[in-house]
Amino acid sequence: MLNISKFKYLVLFIMAILIPTLLNGQDATAPAPAPAAPTLDKADTVWLIVSSALVFFMIPGLALFYGGIVKSKNVLSTMMHSFIAIIVLTLQWTIFGYSFAFSGSNPYYGDFSLAFLNGIDLDTLEGSIPKFVHFLFQGMFALITPALISGAIAERIKLSGYVAFILIWATLVYDPVAHWVWAADGWLFKDGALDFAGGTVVHLISGIAGLAAALVIGKRKGDPSTLTHPNNMTYTLLGSGLLWFGWFGFNAGSGLKIDGLAARAFVVTLIAPAAAGATWLIIEWIHTKKATALGAASGIVAGLVVITPAAGFVSPVSAIIMGLLVSPVCYGAILLKGKLGYDDTLDAFGIHGVGGAFGAILTGVFALSLAEGVTRGHQIQVQVVSVVATGAYSFIASYIIAFLIEKSIGFRIEEDKEINGLDQEIHGENGYGI
Amino acid sequence: MKLIVAIIQPHKLEEVKAELTKNEIYRLTVSDVQGYGQQKGKTEVFRGHEYQVNLLRKVRLEIAVNDEFVKPTVDAILKSAKTGEGKIGDGKIFIMPIEEVIRIRNGERGNSAI
Repeated sequence: MLNISKFKYLVLFIMAILIPTLLNGQDATAPAPAPAAPTLDKADTVWLIVSSALVFFMIPGLALFYGGIVKSKNVLSTMMHSFIAIIVLTLQWTIFGYSFAFSGSNPYYGDFSLAFLNGIDLDTLEGSIPKFVHFLFQGMFALITPALISGAIAERIKLSGYVAFILIWATLVYDPVAHWVWAADGWLFKDGALDFAGGTVVHLISGIAGLAAALVIGKRKGDPSTLTHPNNMTYTLLGSGLLWFGWFGFNAGSGLKIDGLAARAFVVTLIAPAAAGATWLIIEWIHTKKATALGAASGIVAGLVVITPAAGFVSPVSAIIMGLLVSPVCYGAILLKGKLGYDDTLDAFGIHGVGGAFGAILTGVFALSLAEGVTRGHQIQVQVVSVVATGAYSFIASYIIAFLIEKSIGFRIEEDKEINGLDQEIHGENGYGI
Repeated sequence: MKLIVAIIQPHKLEEVKAELTKNEIYRLTVSDVQGYGQQKGKTEVFRGHEYQVNLLRKVRLEIAVNDEFVKPTVDAILKSAKTGEGKIGDGKIFIMPIEEVIRIRNGERGNSAI
């Protein structure tokens, strides 16, 4: 009974947000006219090369963010998950991943015409930038997305299982979904789904994949009350700062050019995490009477996640509202973890999955301009379809991939190795000397 | 009055703490230590070269108790610190006499100060 009445409030709350915007839907204006034949723009090229480097820097940032939260006996293995993603997936992206995501005319997946960057030359363009830069920029997203999953399954997986998982997952989940949403022939792109920098393609599907994999491999050994011993919160704070720094390239580069839109995307990427950090700390203060460093870091990341799909479409005021709203949602999702009993080690699902879905839907609510003839209600409907389609596809595919790996080469590490710590057992090293 | 010093496996600390609390032993000092006994260390890797590290991470507990608490304390540690697989490395318990205990706050001495 109690649950039903809580749901009622939730529904009322959502409607209170939606109804005014539905009524305003008619104000939507048409998008800019199509540009002329592409020529190389040097400023765009510079900005996208810089942005690629910024996004790359998020991966070591993620390693620090995740590495600080685990136990000291697993700090290296957790940070290595991010670095192994760089190593393995750079090769996958070069050999066939880029082609599978961004070529061909099929609405569901690409082909292999660009495998090994075949046919891409110094003067091959994608819009106003060299195709090489497009390969680089999109490649950074393809590296970090599978690395995000490692947060849900840290402290208890085999290295071989992890490598197999991210390789298969990048091929069967990330590349196709990137094709759906971002390739010119992708079905969600044609449907008009708005995802500026990857709310669904990056955060939703990686968070959901983390949940699916965590369900397959099970909980870490031990009582939940003995599991939370962050080894170094200073890493985590620094990591969240580096993520934020890199995210300016992630969001402001996603328009694939340097213009006012990129500038505004940069602005909202500064604003939303600040708002989300504020609400996270306030909620925590009310709930536990403490304002934790982990709370600040989590709020910042939740704010970055929620603004990602919206970065190119919303006003600075909307960025404040989205930031303020995302923290209670993600905080609630993390509390729910204890009740539902799955073990999402570092809350990859609670923050990236839930925050990504929430951001994608709010993008429909707050987008400043919609395509011609599209009402606000229809746009929100398209956003919900994109969330459900990408989320459901990622959950089912990830569950099957994780399950097959667990049954074949093994995903979960042996119990005695888990007790001794993955650093010593897998890597033969310790994060900290005496 | 006795000082009980126990060297245990690091991952057993939480269980030992819980078991001590259950047996109403509310005083405990814990330190991170390194050492070895029968395990004789392990192998680590540094840029491709294996080398022997003969110091292993352990946790050292120090508990000062009155005589009647010695048995419950030892029993609690024995019960909770054993990994139960018959493997070496679970650690040891040492019991030694205490000459005097003085509470710094008020200078109180003896059994009541412990």
